[in-house]
Amino acid sequence: MSTFLGMPATAPRGVGHLRGDEPFPAAAHRALADEQLRNNLRHATTTIRGKSGRVIAELPDWQELRSAGSAIKADVLSRLPDLLEELEARVVERGGVVHWAADANEANRIVTELVRATGSERVIKVKSMATQEIALNEALEAAGIQPVETDLAELIVQLGQDKPSHILVPAIHRNRSEIREIFLKAMPGVDPALTDDPPVLAAAARKYLRETFLSTKVAISGANFGVAETGTLAVVESEGNGRMCLTLPDTLITVMGIEKVVPTWQDLEVFLQLLPRASTGERMNPYTTMWTGVTPGDGPQDFHLVLLDNGRSAVLADPRGRTALHCIRCSACLNVCPVYERTGGHAYGSVYPGPIGAVLSPQLTGVEDNASLPFASSLCGACFDACPVKIDIPSMLVHLRNQAPHPRSERAAMRAAAYTMERPKLYARAQRAAKLARIAGRRGLGLPLGWNEARDLPEIPEQTFRDWWASR
Amino acid sequence: MRIALFATCLADTLFPEAAKATVRLLERLGHEVVFPFDQTCCGQMHVNTGFQRDAVPLVKRYVSTFDPFDVIVAPSGSCVGSIRHQHAMVAADAGEAGLAARAEDVGRRTYELSELLIDVLQVEDVGARYPHRVTYHPTCHSLRMIRVGDKPLRLLRRVRGLELVELPAAEQCCGFGGTFSVKNAETSAAMLADKMTAIVSTGASVCTAGDASCLMHLGGGLSRRDAGVRTVHLAEILAST
Repeated sequence: MSTFLGMPATAPRGVGHLRGDEPFPAAAHRALADEQLRNNLRHATTTIRGKSGRVIAELPDWQELRSAGSAIKADVLSRLPDLLEELEARVVERGGVVHWAADANEANRIVTELVRATGSERVIKVKSMATQEIALNEALEAAGIQPVETDLAELIVQLGQDKPSHILVPAIHRNRSEIREIFLKAMPGVDPALTDDPPVLAAAARKYLRETFLSTKVAISGANFGVAETGTLAVVESEGNGRMCLTLPDTLITVMGIEKVVPTWQDLEVFLQLLPRASTGERMNPYTTMWTGVTPGDGPQDFHLVLLDNGRSAVLADPRGRTALHCIRCSACLNVCPVYERTGGHAYGSVYPGPIGAVLSPQLTGVEDNASLPFASSLCGACFDACPVKIDIPSMLVHLRNQAPHPRSERAAMRAAAYTMERPKLYARAQRAAKLARIAGRRGLGLPLGWNEARDLPEIPEQTFRDWWASR
Repeated sequence: MRIALFATCLADTLFPEAAKATVRLLERLGHEVVFPFDQTCCGQMHVNTGFQRDAVPLVKRYVSTFDPFDVIVAPSGSCVGSIRHQHAMVAADAGEAGLAARAEDVGRRTYELSELLIDVLQVEDVGARYPHRVTYHPTCHSLRMIRVGDKPLRLLRRVRGLELVELPAAEQCCGFGGTFSVKNAETSAAMLADKMTAIVSTGASVCTAGDASCLMHLGGGLSRRDAGVRTVHLAEILAST
């Protein structure tokens, strides 16, 4: 007799932004042809890389901090249910309400109902990957509620009816003249004489947002950290818009991925050093807002925390893959990735682009739904070195490649190669046959289409090494 | 010292000069080189392309071929990285704990050429002469998987007549990545284009590296571009007199 509880569910299809419409190479094809995009990306990633490298070099204990961050995350994952229950208990004690959402559909339904109950037809939003992941904005809009992104880059993306292409700098693919056009077209009440001078653009956004902050009663945020021992939530940001959303409205709804919990306040000392240096290249982020339940007469009086799974338990169930949940969304791996630098974030199809997206997205959706992503890497390893919590992304990519479905022809070719290489005499004959095939003008080496587009094949030498050795 | 050579399938088949140079160099330094004929391939291509199970017999073959030797050398940071960091995992995942332990042990005795020269044989000046302007590309797996650090540069600096010029953005991947170069050919070509621009900007006549695979990719691109820069394996420079 047995009771089968089933495997943890992956993120559901048909909702959210974790799956692309086409495989990575096809999406990358368009990005690679866009000279402007590649220039924008090269400039931005090179700048962030340099800045981040300089401030990291200031810390003599950076490697120890990385190890500490990784160890805290490993501890969190090893007792996640207990920590989440502790977090829930503390939040409730302090007057908050906790909701558990198994997936995107449930989270969207919970948040939509909470907003409806307030009677507000508009919400202000703090930039949040979790709500992007579940496509909360689309769900709210479908319910007649207008979500307004208040992070400048997120606002640019929203007004441009675009998708974010970077975890931290969602509008990294846009330059200032493009931003001016987007504002002129879509920002309510914008001055038609707007120029593309960055301070002018920022002032336009500021004016629009200030009015929105002061007239909206409901805010929705994500959370960078949730401290189990006190029930405190934390958001780190650079512009102050988050602070406004987290303090001005009557109602605050926070959607937090379940892996964001940390055991104690003291654990924050590690992450608040790691995160800004790895992500924006700052010694400390300008705004860190923390709140615990509700405080009478101060800040939102109605606080809801939505704990989101959406495939995370499935990731946790894989011993080789689970460290993807260590990710603190700093995007250091994106900024050092040579593939991301050339293709940008849209090519990955998911809100999580770059190296971490290439391992996280397929795990959240099930590998078969994002089968091209684990291959969107040259395995150069720069991401592993850059990761502030030491996620071994290259090994995880290899692990996921071994789970991904393979084209039949590729399987046959790999089998044949392995069969030949298992047999030294056959292998030596194949080496000679390769040469004959080349002489006959065929692609005898199995280096197929794609190679010849950009590179010449090496001349096949007169003699293999082993024949040379035998003739010595 | 008696040193077993793992030529790697790529050098054996396509770039025998790199493997021959390794032999000439080590013999010139007074060592005995052995080439076990049962060797074929480390299996990295299978593991990294998602065919890990097909790599199990190749791991077995590598371990049984090289277990009898105390010191093994390969002119490839990438293959050494795979042997050291993937072989035991492949064996363990296949449920072969005994093989995993042996693979780990053989992996510890397998060295990339610059590691062998500096760490084991403790020689920096190999007595080479190579009167050319040379730039060095620190291939990703040498750099980040086995951490050879500046060992190749230390060896190159002691080569007579050689003018070493620094490669801009040296630590960026050249875009090869094994089957990545075929599965994501366009992205690979874009990475290659930037790397070639960096190489050409140095004014070097030779680009060297410790991996025949990256050099095949770079060499194929430079030849197509008719850039006037040759790719030469590190072993060939160190073996020349």
